[in-house]
Amino acid sequence: MIEIEKISKWYGDFRVLTDCTTSVEKGEVVVVCGPSGSGKSTLIKCVNGLEPVQEGRISVEGQEVTAKSTNLTKLRSRIGMVFQHFELYPHMSVLENLCLAQEKVLKRSRDEAVSRAEELIERVGLSEHLTKFPSQLSGGQQQRVAIARSLAMDPIAMLFDEPTSALDPEMINEVLDVMVGLAKDGMTMMVVTHEMGFARKVADRVIFMDEGAIVEDRETQAFFSNPESDRAKDFLSKILNH
Amino acid sequence: MDYNWNWGVLFEEEYLGWLISGFWWTIAVALCAWCIAIVVGSLVGIGRTVPNRFIRAISGTYVELFRNVPLLVQMFIWYFAVPELVPDDWGRWMKRDMPNPEFTTAVIALALYTASRVAEQVRAGIETVPEGLNAAAKAHGLSVAQTYRHILLPISFRLIVPPLTSEFLTVFKNSSLALTIGLLELTAQSQQIAEYTFQGFEAFTAATVIYVCIALVATVISQSLERYTAIPGFVGKEA
Ligand SMILES: Nc1ncnc2c1ncn2[C@@H]1O[C@H](COP(=O)(O)OP(=O)(O)O)[C@@H](O)[C@H]1O
Ligand SMILES: [Mg+2]
Repeated sequence: MIEIEKISKWYGDFRVLTDCTTSVEKGEVVVVCGPSGSGKSTLIKCVNGLEPVQEGRISVEGQEVTAKSTNLTKLRSRIGMVFQHFELYPHMSVLENLCLAQEKVLKRSRDEAVSRAEELIERVGLSEHLTKFPSQLSGGQQQRVAIARSLAMDPIAMLFDEPTSALDPEMINEVLDVMVGLAKDGMTMMVVTHEMGFARKVADRVIFMDEGAIVEDRETQAFFSNPESDRAKDFLSKILNH
Repeated sequence: MDYNWNWGVLFEEEYLGWLISGFWWTIAVALCAWCIAIVVGSLVGIGRTVPNRFIRAISGTYVELFRNVPLLVQMFIWYFAVPELVPDDWGRWMKRDMPNPEFTTAVIALALYTASRVAEQVRAGIETVPEGLNAAAKAHGLSVAQTYRHILLPISFRLIVPPLTSEFLTVFKNSSLALTIGLLELTAQSQQIAEYTFQGFEAFTAATVIYVCIALVATVISQSLERYTAIPGFVGKEA
């Protein structure tokens, strides 16, 4: 469903991504990990065209993200994205956060949007918080709202950029549980995370990045039991030993 | 000091009438200029932040031009120079047929000057909105216009209510420069009373008190606006 072919990207003279190639099949869950600054966020931002690439091709469900003729706003509305810092609209209630893009982008009626919002907010276990503002919720709750907000668009795939790394430890699981549920329902997911427990449990593949390149791209089991590169070994030993 | 205090002059019918009329001209100039400044300033401020380079450049030029030329000079240019610079029949119209030329000119000059300052506040407000919110809106498929309409502007306008309040107060003060092109607003009327009665202290004290009252009312209004528009727990980028 998501095809990434030999993409490279520069910020000025600085090469952030080097010849990255990978793909995500429909219903597949792929975890992306690697040291900070290795280009993980940049890679998934390229998938929905939030960042342009200078070389290579990306396509989602056969539609070229990198082609000039592609209607990017339309494409983006079909790909969910969840950010490290939630990025809920602070001046809107939870309900309005979930309804805005449904009404303005998908052109759903108010009633349709509200009932879809209620459905999803129940799914993430926050029904009683519908009228609250983001600042009145805990980090874990905000992130669950953000996931629900993306799901409200009925996305064909979901991108996550370190969805739990801004959270206090006791809130991480409530968010991971929602994501595990999604994965089990067959959602296509690309997840940047350092939660290796989550990766083991639901990921079909793990991608390891370093210095802008994809160093490993393997079945989950194989990645954990015997990583090929020294850098991945090193990374894993650091991250699993604390 | 031999000064014959006579607060009574202020309440003599003729002079009281002057003061009241001056008060209304001040209010009229300031409010008209403010309304135009908010609209023009918002457009220019937005223009400084849009992706389109050409629009950004034009907006930037507007701000630099109108903000850096002293308001007094701008008043004179609009009043004395512009009618000579535009095509003849326009110039003739401005000099002869334009209704209430002093008022109109004062409003235009004050509005366009204030707009450049409002534009800076609007730009700063938009830039204070965390970049991530922009990315989120984009990621959900909102267009640039929708993102401004539903996310960037509602948030930034709430953030800039306090600085806009001080611009609003400044408009009243700056409106006094309209006297230089002959508009009989509050300051001009006080000056006139001073000349007629030689009671300068009283006349200008009255003007001062009135300006202070206007400022108080404006402050109260904007404080309640601030409370009404506040976003719970949100203070922008640095938060
Ligand atoms: N907008 C930007 N301008 C310049 N450099 C950037 C920008 N965004 C990211 N970078 C750089 O690109 C590299 C990869 O960033 P990122 O994709 O955020 O890494 P990761 O998510 O793996 O921590 C980092 O070195 C970062 O400093
Ligand atoms: Mg990152």
